[in-house]
Amino acid sequence: MLEIRWHSRAGQGAVTGAKGLADVVANTGKYVQAFAFYGSAKRGAAMTAYNRVDEKPILNHEKFMRPDYVLVIDPGLTYTADITANEKEDTKYIITTHLSKEELIKAQPKLEGKEVYVVDCMQISLDTIGRAIPNTPMLGALMKVSGMFDLDYFKEAMKKVLSKFPQKIIDANMAAIERAYNEVK
Amino acid sequence: MAKKYELNEVEVWDGNMAAAHALRQAQVDILAAYPITPSTPIVQNYSKFLADGYVDGEFIMVESEHSAMSGCVAASAAGVRAATATSSQGFALMVEVLYQASGMRLPIVLTVVNRALAAPLNVNGDHSDMYLGRDAGWINLCSYNPQEAYDLTLMAFKIGEDLNVRLPVMVHQDGFICSHTAQNVKPMQDEEAAEFIGEFKPVNSMLDVSNPVTHGVQTEEDWHFEHKARQHHDLMNSVETIKKVFKEFEDRTGRKYDMVYTYKMDDADVAIFALGTTVESAQIAADQMREKGIKAGVVSLRVLRPFPFNEIADVLGNVKAIGVMDRSAPGGTFGAMFNEISAALLARGKSPVVLNYIYGLGGRDTTIEMLKGVYEDLAKSAEAGEAVVPLQQFVGLRGPKLAFY
Repeated sequence: MLEIRWHSRAGQGAVTGAKGLADVVANTGKYVQAFAFYGSAKRGAAMTAYNRVDEKPILNHEKFMRPDYVLVIDPGLTYTADITANEKEDTKYIITTHLSKEELIKAQPKLEGKEVYVVDCMQISLDTIGRAIPNTPMLGALMKVSGMFDLDYFKEAMKKVLSKFPQKIIDANMAAIERAYNEVK
Repeated sequence: MAKKYELNEVEVWDGNMAAAHALRQAQVDILAAYPITPSTPIVQNYSKFLADGYVDGEFIMVESEHSAMSGCVAASAAGVRAATATSSQGFALMVEVLYQASGMRLPIVLTVVNRALAAPLNVNGDHSDMYLGRDAGWINLCSYNPQEAYDLTLMAFKIGEDLNVRLPVMVHQDGFICSHTAQNVKPMQDEEAAEFIGEFKPVNSMLDVSNPVTHGVQTEEDWHFEHKARQHHDLMNSVETIKKVFKEFEDRTGRKYDMVYTYKMDDADVAIFALGTTVESAQIAADQMREKGIKAGVVSLRVLRPFPFNEIADVLGNVKAIGVMDRSAPGGTFGAMFNEISAALLARGKSPVVLNYIYGLGGRDTTIEMLKGVYEDLAKSAEAGEAVVPLQQFVGLRGPKLAFY
């Protein structure tokens, strides 16, 4: 089973991102789960969202997870949220930041020695979508790091997921995914 | 005429979306609602379907849950298909009218997204609301995942509206853990779902002005008892219809439903009984215990009311120890499921060790490790032939251990 934990602020699209990913993966015949920790917290509050992917039906409903991937889509949460909670030896981190990997690890020393990737999903979403909605670029970065799907397949699949939106927004999201795919380091 | 909704063979829906599509496919005539977390998206999605032309019916926004159920009662008595959704405090406010709906024999469908009851205020999942309504005279169906929330909501219409039943039906799903968790769901196509449920058949319709009727009359000691006895009689006998509908659904979809749900019970020495999503998590714990040589199984109810007394005794009668998990504050006694299951076993002359676990209140995470701890207790008690731990324990609780009896 593949397990993913998202760190986000309410309103940044982690739930939509997790559900979008689940949609794309389910199309390949796999079983998926996408959920989030909710409270009465409002927009801007730190939150977590989760994905599980498996070859067989997913029966596990515990919130507890030892993630294979940790996706941080808000730069501040690297410092204020417990992003390394319940990590495994080989947990991979993809973190939204304007810093280089070295600068980031210096700023947050608990990432030292871990498999860390950086990408500026905030800037990418501002440049492409025009708003700070860092979820789709993070998915682009995840595709590059995980090799889950190749870029073209993933973009086609995401077009279907986003089909209820106007073409302009779909195009902007495609550009965001592609840029993050190419820029993640 | 409502538009057909294009559905994929496999959709990724959370429990709320699954229930909303089932209500859409049932082409509910009147949906009276006062939305409340975590069931809000059911009626929100439904109203969007209606606005987009996928439903021919009416959405009535009312000022409270008491009025939401009253609106459903009025619509159903008038002779049309009525449904709504609620949770927690909203459910509590509906309770008075739940008894009216069942007493008036109105086949309303209520999708309940289970959530804790205040105080303290909490929006997350437990079974307090389910337990609050269990004696209201409704048929109660229980789902463990979004697929089942969809399936059982479709079946609820067919069961409740059957001319041999004519009773309201609740379909339960866990707040957030099911209602907001997207998973693979295989829906029926619209026309197949419509064919399966069938047209609504009015009985004693108030809109049939050539045959005037009165609903909800007063009966004192002269007739009240006979009415309630007949209501209970028909609720008990609804089992036949429930099984028939389960079978017809299985024939169409391949998805099999029974009154009682079992997992690896053929050779089990110890069993966890639970409701909701815990039924599935417990299967992972059971498999891990089996790797350690402990023959563990899982039992649940698909139908909470009418309570499958004999079937429960049959599947649990031969195990050595049972852990009954109640996800509701017991309020000064054992959990309700502990009491009901113990009664079924005792009445049938069975005496395994039965332990009660209070867990998961207000959405506290139900972990595989916690469930394995329950199996460890059960295995030790099975070995000793008696309870080696207190009969009632609170598990997953922070602070010092809490146990009674």
